Amino acid sequence: MAVTGAIFVGYVALHMYGNLMAFGGQQTFDTYAHHLRTFGQPMLPYSGLLWVVRLVLVLSLVGHVYAAFKLWSRADSARSTKYAVKKATKATFSSKWMRWGGVALLVFVIWHILQFTTRTVTPGGDSDSPYLRLVNGFSVWWVFLIYVVALFALAMHLRHGIWSACQTLGWTSSVLSARIVNAIAIAIAVIIPLGFVLPPFFILIGVLN
Amino acid sequence: MRFSLKIWRQPSAETKGSFAMYQVDDITGDMSFLEMLDVLNEGLIARGEDPVAFDSDCREGICGACGMMISGQAHGPEVTTTCQLHMRSFTDGDTIVIEPWRANAFPVLKDLVVDRSAFDRIIQAGGYITVNTGAAPEAHSVPVPKPNADRAFDAATCIGCGACVAACPNASGMLFMAAKVTHLGELPQGQPERASRVVKMVNQHDHEGFGGCTNIGECAGACPKEIPLDVISQLNNDMRHAMRHQPS
Repeated sequence: MAVTGAIFVGYVALHMYGNLMAFGGQQTFDTYAHHLRTFGQPMLPYSGLLWVVRLVLVLSLVGHVYAAFKLWSRADSARSTKYAVKKATKATFSSKWMRWGGVALLVFVIWHILQFTTRTVTPGGDSDSPYLRLVNGFSVWWVFLIYVVALFALAMHLRHGIWSACQTLGWTSSVLSARIVNAIAIAIAVIIPLGFVLPPFFILIGVLN
Repeated sequence: MRFSLKIWRQPSAETKGSFAMYQVDDITGDMSFLEMLDVLNEGLIARGEDPVAFDSDCREGICGACGMMISGQAHGPEVTTTCQLHMRSFTDGDTIVIEPWRANAFPVLKDLVVDRSAFDRIIQAGGYITVNTGAAPEAHSVPVPKPNADRAFDAATCIGCGACVAACPNASGMLFMAAKVTHLGELPQGQPERASRVVKMVNQHDHEGFGGCTNIGECAGACPKEIPLDVISQLNNDMRHAMRHQPS
């Protein structure tokens, strides 16, 4: 859970950075998208690195989801009679969103791939230019709305996930280290979703077109 | 003070339970929660009804025998044991919901009494040090740095009441187990069995049917001895170390 989660954190950070290329205009963004495919050539084939990344992500996803459902089912079978009244006193808001938020993220990832990778569903119109696909897609208000909801789930997932992963790896064995890790988790949970929402937001209000 | 009590009644481990409503009058704020239940039970016995069964022993907050879910919080609204919770923490006229700890590893025996021997079996699996017993050795023969001694002592204050399991959304016994792992792991005497201890205890914990830890922190919030959440990180650290170095 912790290790596969760390891979995802690294991936979304790079993905967010790549998306910000949209502010450089169509040429910058399309060159970036093309460069992702020529990365490592001629040592790697065209799209070679991309497929390595995809493979690692899919394997991580399988491991992550397996561990998540294992924990979920263990929790269910560890308490078959539920409390009539149960108050949470210390649980963070984000920690309560991990399971259903994770399911929401999974659904979003499938939607996101259908929209931008396989180009099966293209609200706003398809294009061979990745930049135009981005602009076309996020000019549609409900596409933006789905994105914002997914980013909220991502923020919650990052906030609790980063803290929880460090705790699982045994890096928070003192009060100070726990405090530092919590601060880092909050910072990343703010910065990454914020970086993701900027390009679509400026597309929606018509600044990027 | 006057309270309405909604209490879980279950005649035995095999029978199904349900909630029953009771009224208690003439309660003073200086009575402990258990004394309030004693008043209720005296009334029930006088009326020829079955008194509400609950565990208690020292009533000083140090044995860990008492414990119940009080309106959704393990040991109620204060950071202490049920026996040291006083009725002044409630408002006159309150309805209080009282349930046993809910975890399949802690089966209900009767009403509010649960069987916590799963904890004993976790300790038996590895929560000890193998030494010859006899007269207490000279305390200064094995020097222990003050910070280590303090942390070991803080972790050793665990009374095994089970509030951590009760409060945990996953019904995990991680905090209990981690307190013992940290207590013994901080001390020189705990080192020889440090790696095998954590592996054996975690295996037993999982075998007992406790849930897995998701680092929510409800356990530490409910702990009457304020065992901090960092002991769980310590357990994970010890576990990672043990897996790398293959304990015998």
